[in-house]
Amino acid sequence: MNNTLLRVRDLRVDFGAHAVVRGVNFDLSAGETVGLVGESGSGKSTLARAILRLLQPAQGSVEFLGLDLLKCPPAALRAQRRGLQIVFQDPLASLDPRMTVGETIAEPLKVFEPGLSAGARRQKVGDMLQRVGLSSEMSGRYPHEFSGGQCQRIGIARAMILSPKLLICDEIVSSLDVSIQGQIVNLLLDLQDAGMAVLFISHNLAVVRHLCHRVLVMYLGKLVEIAPCDALFASPVHPYTRALLAAVPHMPHAAVAAAPAAPGEPAASGEVDTPGEVDAPGEVAALDLTASGCAFRDLCPYARDRRPAAVRSRSRPLGRLPSFARDA
Amino acid sequence: MACATRSTSRTADMTATLSVDRLRVSFSHRTGSIDAVDRVSLEIAPSECVGIVGESGSGKTQIFMAAMGLLPRNAQVSGSVRFEGNELLALDAPALNRVRGSKLTMIFQDPMTSLTPHLKIGTQLAEVMVAHLGVSWKDARSFAGRMLERVHVPEPQRRLNQYPHELSGGMRQRVMIAMSLLCEPSLVIADEPTTALDVTIQAQIIELLRAVRGEFGMALVLISHDLAVVAGLADRILVMYAGNVVENSIAAELFRHPRHPYTAELLKCMPSVSGPRLARLPTLAGQPPRPGELLEACPFAPRCSRAADRCRIERPQLSGSPASQVACHFPLTA
Repeated sequence: MNNTLLRVRDLRVDFGAHAVVRGVNFDLSAGETVGLVGESGSGKSTLARAILRLLQPAQGSVEFLGLDLLKCPPAALRAQRRGLQIVFQDPLASLDPRMTVGETIAEPLKVFEPGLSAGARRQKVGDMLQRVGLSSEMSGRYPHEFSGGQCQRIGIARAMILSPKLLICDEIVSSLDVSIQGQIVNLLLDLQDAGMAVLFISHNLAVVRHLCHRVLVMYLGKLVEIAPCDALFASPVHPYTRALLAAVPHMPHAAVAAAPAAPGEPAASGEVDTPGEVDAPGEVAALDLTASGCAFRDLCPYARDRRPAAVRSRSRPLGRLPSFARDA
Repeated sequence: MACATRSTSRTADMTATLSVDRLRVSFSHRTGSIDAVDRVSLEIAPSECVGIVGESGSGKTQIFMAAMGLLPRNAQVSGSVRFEGNELLALDAPALNRVRGSKLTMIFQDPMTSLTPHLKIGTQLAEVMVAHLGVSWKDARSFAGRMLERVHVPEPQRRLNQYPHELSGGMRQRVMIAMSLLCEPSLVIADEPTTALDVTIQAQIIELLRAVRGEFGMALVLISHDLAVVAGLADRILVMYAGNVVENSIAAELFRHPRHPYTAELLKCMPSVSGPRLARLPTLAGQPPRPGELLEACPFAPRCSRAADRCRIERPQLSGSPASQVACHFPLTA
């Protein structure tokens, strides 16, 4: 697509001697919702922070609306951040406990629109609270008076108040209960309809599936698969993506879809879809990342080795070698 | 489903492994006290696997913290918790210590904070057997190594000499599981054992729990907020809401015919990686009641689409067949 909003090229982040993000490339179009999935330690959050330049990448470029944020002088970077907001995982910890939620949501306005009168600001904050499903009367309350789901809405309201072009959501539904989770996902779907681009970081694949247009799969600092959402869930190509999807515990769908079992039939739904047969990969190994080769090789059932055959006893022949990154 | 059938037959000659009767747990604070668990009764049969699901604050953990005597000082407990026929709530600390950690064990959510950071894995495991079984440190250590092998910890002998921080999260949870099994427990309580783990590791730990259950034959309580995690393991599932058990059903039955409106809503709310992709996720409007609210009403009434006047004045009690009990005046019919 040519209306590219964000263009990340060869992005690399090092923590000391450790490379955490190791050469990431992807584009994000205006109005597009892209999911970023992967396990803890894969570098998802680090990638998000590097895009915002909340930490300094070692190399690469992050072009936002054609401007490389990594080379921006501080003042220009600040101006750019207006269009690029983030919502963090822990809804309570990311709000200042000593500020009313109205003050919290108004703060970006004070910084970026200092000309705005107090009354106009209050008006905007009230409208925003309503937009995220709270009421404008709540602006005088403090974060501890709200539930986790409400705090997350406040975090989203604060990010949205400047009408950013891109919203980065870092695990924003992970700490919420299921009944609340849906409300936040639906709020994001509304923002999506209003043309907002979202980078949605999550380890919850089911939520990603319902929300995103495209999905990036990250493993040990690299993107291993980029695919349209439906294609990724219907036919994952990378062995790691397959393992990840296979590991998701499934619920018996009897409650929703399946035909009622005949009386006397053995109860089956408790057993269906258990992850029993899953060939789940092992722990993310302390892999020597300076070595060449695929990061997933030690856990991959399809890995082939040029070293002596004895090293790789689990390797299976693969009929056809798939191309891993689809449109990377 | 042999276990499930066993669990439902409440014959007098078979003692339940754990029997909780009208348990109430409340926490006092400056302005009064709030009930976290409100007159809950439940039974766990020998070698049965029971899933306890509910959202945060529903009281699912507090029932078992009360059983283990692990509640904070400001907690008041009433009712009864009998473990293999013995009243746990009446035991003093030394007597309780003989039971917990040996016959009644618990696996916690975060394996990092539940292992002692400055003791080697081998020492922590051996200590359990030295304390409870009176064996020598040498024997205990060698048994600990064998136990690590049984829970598929690679290189068990090396792990004995390592500290918790040297192990990954999944490995630490395996160590916790090994520790819970050392004294051949009758009941293991696993409180969100996979919540802190990645999904691939979660699948492995669920598999491991399934395997050790078959191997050791103990009863297992699996506490989780995630119905899908419980689905693969539990014979029976208890759904909790606001300190109450609202449904207690055979697992297969619960998924096929949820009877409490809350269970049905919860099942609908869980997004799935298969099935149709939805334009919007189903949600449950409102919030759970704050503890202390709604003492005489159905706690779910304010969020329930089926609620009638009766629900707002009379608390429904858990009733029904052994296969499916529900606390609702107007349960969903199959």
